[in-house]
Amino acid sequence: MIRGVIERINGSLVIAQFEAEPKIGDLVEVGNLGLMGEIVRLSGERAAIQCYEVTSGIKPGEPVLDTGRPLAAELGPGLMGTILDGVERSELKLWEIAGPFITRGVRIAPLDREKKWYFEPKVEVGAKVVGGDIIGVVQETEYFQHRILVPPGMEGKVTEIYEGEFTVEEPVGKLKTPEGEEELKMMQVWPVRVPRPYKERLPLVSPLLTGQRVIDTFFPVAKGGAAAIPGGFGTGKTVMLQQISKWADADIIVLIGCGERGNEMADVVTHFPELTDPRTGRKLIERTVIVANVSNMPISAREASIYLGVTLAEYYRDQGYDVAVMADSTSRWAEALRDLSGRLEEIPAERGFPAYLADRIAGIYERAGRVVTLGSERRIGSVTIIGAVSPPGGDFSEPVTTHTLRFIGTFWALDTELAFRRHFPAINWLRSFSRYIDVASRWWSQYDAAWAAMRARALELLEEASEIEETARIIGEKALPDEQRLILLIAEMIREGFLVQNAFHEVDTYCEAEKQVKLLKAILRFYDSVEPLVRKGIPIERVREMRVITEIMRLKERRGVEAIERVMGLITEQARALAEEYGVI
Amino acid sequence: MSLKEAGLIYKTAREIRGPLIFVEGVRDVAYDEVVKVITPDGEEVLGSVLDVSKDYALIQVYGETSGMDLNVGVHFTGETMKIPVSDELIGRVFSGSFEPLDGMPRPLSTDERDIHGGVINPAARAVPSEFIQTGISAIDGMNSLVRGQKLPIFSESGLPHNQLAAQIARQATIPGREEEFAIVFAAMGIKHEEAEFFRREFERTGALSRSVMILNLADDPPIERLITPRIAQTVAEYLAFDLGMHILVILTDMTNYAEALRSISIAREEIPTRKGYPGYLYSDLATIYERAGRIKGKKGSITLMPILTMPGGDITHPVPDLTGYITEGQLILQRDLFLRGIYPPMNVLPSLSRLMKDGIGEGRTRKDHADVSNQLYMAYAEGTRARGLVRIVGVVGLSERERRYLEFADRFEREFVNQGYYENRTIEQTLDIAWNLLAMLPEDDLIRIREEYIKEFHPKYRRAG
Ligand SMILES: Nc1ncnc2c1ncn2[C@@H]1O[C@H](COP(=O)(O)OP(=O)(O)OP(=O)(O)O)[C@@H](O)[C@H]1O
Ligand SMILES: [Mg+2]
Repeated sequence: MIRGVIERINGSLVIAQFEAEPKIGDLVEVGNLGLMGEIVRLSGERAAIQCYEVTSGIKPGEPVLDTGRPLAAELGPGLMGTILDGVERSELKLWEIAGPFITRGVRIAPLDREKKWYFEPKVEVGAKVVGGDIIGVVQETEYFQHRILVPPGMEGKVTEIYEGEFTVEEPVGKLKTPEGEEELKMMQVWPVRVPRPYKERLPLVSPLLTGQRVIDTFFPVAKGGAAAIPGGFGTGKTVMLQQISKWADADIIVLIGCGERGNEMADVVTHFPELTDPRTGRKLIERTVIVANVSNMPISAREASIYLGVTLAEYYRDQGYDVAVMADSTSRWAEALRDLSGRLEEIPAERGFPAYLADRIAGIYERAGRVVTLGSERRIGSVTIIGAVSPPGGDFSEPVTTHTLRFIGTFWALDTELAFRRHFPAINWLRSFSRYIDVASRWWSQYDAAWAAMRARALELLEEASEIEETARIIGEKALPDEQRLILLIAEMIREGFLVQNAFHEVDTYCEAEKQVKLLKAILRFYDSVEPLVRKGIPIERVREMRVITEIMRLKERRGVEAIERVMGLITEQARALAEEYGVI
Repeated sequence: MSLKEAGLIYKTAREIRGPLIFVEGVRDVAYDEVVKVITPDGEEVLGSVLDVSKDYALIQVYGETSGMDLNVGVHFTGETMKIPVSDELIGRVFSGSFEPLDGMPRPLSTDERDIHGGVINPAARAVPSEFIQTGISAIDGMNSLVRGQKLPIFSESGLPHNQLAAQIARQATIPGREEEFAIVFAAMGIKHEEAEFFRREFERTGALSRSVMILNLADDPPIERLITPRIAQTVAEYLAFDLGMHILVILTDMTNYAEALRSISIAREEIPTRKGYPGYLYSDLATIYERAGRIKGKKGSITLMPILTMPGGDITHPVPDLTGYITEGQLILQRDLFLRGIYPPMNVLPSLSRLMKDGIGEGRTRKDHADVSNQLYMAYAEGTRARGLVRIVGVVGLSERERRYLEFADRFEREFVNQGYYENRTIEQTLDIAWNLLAMLPEDDLIRIREEYIKEFHPKYRRAG
């Protein structure tokens, strides 16, 4: 613990002179209030400290204390279902202790020190264990079994192991290691800026199913992959990340509200406990950890919050789970970087961002992946990272969006025009992409061998329609040949009947895989049934009048897939009737 | 007695640069501490510490610095900026730095609050969900406001945003309850006649007696605008969360606020991001806007309506852009609607209320509300698209369907959006107008509306039934 004295305060940046040389990255207690800070730059004994709490009222001459530890996350039972700030303090506890307004200088241990957990051992005395091995389990929530791991780097022979109720700090066993005897505890600590180790990276093999049609069917993300969702304000980033948090088939969700609205966090905290996971029947909150560092909290803690969230995710991954991280919004995190960089008077690159912006963005998305975890037994886990991007003026050519594009596999480009007409999710199908189509195809073929072909065909039709629309803008739709007007109609059916998905509709909020395939098939079936008729001269107006069109477009609101089967029949029937009427069979 | 209490005054100003003063040789100064700058003729001007080190302090001055020279005295008060709060603030009028403008004495209270406020713990927030009926269809029907929401008006100079805000302040109620809003009104750099308009309006409707006005007008010191909205929010927080009142805060014009922030940033030679605004504009605005809301276990609420003029009508300008990224939606006024005589000239398409979903529906407004609104958006967007086409291919070039939507858009603007300054529509009336318009469209086109609602609310079936 090295002492020092504050020399200068400039917003969140504090300059201090230490008695001896501290380490970069060390946590520091700042001022008489003991605010939390981190050393971000060092020249000899003089350090620049980024302070995680408001510095109002702090004076030069007040003390600083280097704790000798880096900013680290406490990992162990007790985080599931909680809401944490950017430096892992429970906001529920903060509220209890300090009232509804956040107070400075309050220290709360991230993991409850009093609470006892029932620890059930999974190893026996005499067993040889290495870092990553499961020594026991704790049923943390009814849904979530917390696997207690030997911390990375530790190994030895189990000399004692206990069963029963313990706090996170009490020993649950002992290990004889080359260095001597070590206690095994349920809690471990890990520096948030350092990726947790694993044995081996694996290829991605399955899509993260979100129940959102435009994602699952058109622009899927793989488990262990990375995706970004950029868009101007109000285009639907937050709603989409919440939808994925609710419905994705991940074991665990880490939702990071990074520099966004307090009410959105309150919304999650209020509504998640009411929702049940369609697969497990458990309350969604039982598999969710929320990190909420809202926009009016100190900008520096916002920078830390993403690392905290990703570290938590890696820890659950190491237990063998599929984890999905939502970061809303990475732009606010990047702004925090910029702010600090500006205060440090670093030379800016584009738009005031530091030159290392791209490296830092890469550093985050690189922590996504599907891996063989540490440990003697082969265990697989994954971290999927999905980041919202909030480009100024909705312009995707700005640095955060362009750099992000390089490091992700799926890009959901939100479109202001679509949002204006309340076409939600406002994901533009022409500008978005997914590099995980092969992975997805293999998975989807269990429902329909023709999945990839159907998807490609629907996208082609949408593309063709947009070209036809260009022409229509000049000569009017009426002047187009009927075959082209039919394509416009089909595109409209794909848009309204498939792509548009109302997050607030009790049925449509989630669409199961089988239904997605069948819905798309129904629309394509319709096209295949009427296209020959139009080619043979049946006027498009008559096709438009077919009652089955509305039926198709309303299928998404109907529960299950039975209605789709019925409508498939109607398509054939009504097309035949029309053909007969015109005598064109 | 400490030096401060003894009233130590430094005469060591070394540089005055725009609104900034550098003072040397200072001792025991805190970051963000309030400063009194004393001019040679004895006038006192407020400031605060922006950057402090062992022997110098950088001060931003909220008043005029143009007449100052290095002979100014600088007194550090040892406090961060606070205002006294009590229920006696209600009905009063203050300057932008909280000096009485109504001829009454300065408010006194032992309860003083820091104008920067605290951060509402997200876990302690209650989700805003009570529908506020403003009586304005374009808002109630399609961009519903709820108690505790922050919903700005994006406008342009010359458009009737003040009227709209005043009409909302006058008409806003929670249907079925007789609670009225108290208003905290803060002006930043607006014209005398605009402030006077609001004062008269509040007086006429009786709102003045439950309002607090904090005025920095066009000829008041620009840098003072940095504290004006914070004072307003501090008053609002006290009234809402200590006294349990429902407060509507109107902040106008936030563009002037942002310009004051920019001028400090430029004087500090900070690296600008867009249009000269500092990179922290988003976070800074958030520290004002995010103070709105509701808190679990507390009765009161702060509903926030900032007004800002978009320079050049450009919504991508940093001030509206970053505001939109913080607030829970936006109401957008547009010149072409105004020129066509539509009041309020609100373009509903880019407008949005994010908290609408929690405030409407069965038991709150009406069960068909969300679907109807959704369908109106879709149909109006279709109509404005057709309107764009007309310019190229003429009405004759439109298909029958496109023509129908074109007519829909026209009628929608004239009958739904357009209404009187004194016209106060109930939510039922608003939804009924909507249905009458939707009835122009083929029933099969109403796919954003649930079938059972069509059967229940479509004029065709209502008449029959
Ligand atoms: N899938 C959806 N279904 C229905 N409505 C939606 C959907 N997605 C978005 N919306 C509507 O759009 C609004 C804005 O969405 P959201 O808050 O997610 O935007 P955002 O991109 O996160 O904006 P910001 O950058 O300002 O945070 C929502 O409040 C909701 O009304
Ligand atoms: Mg958002």
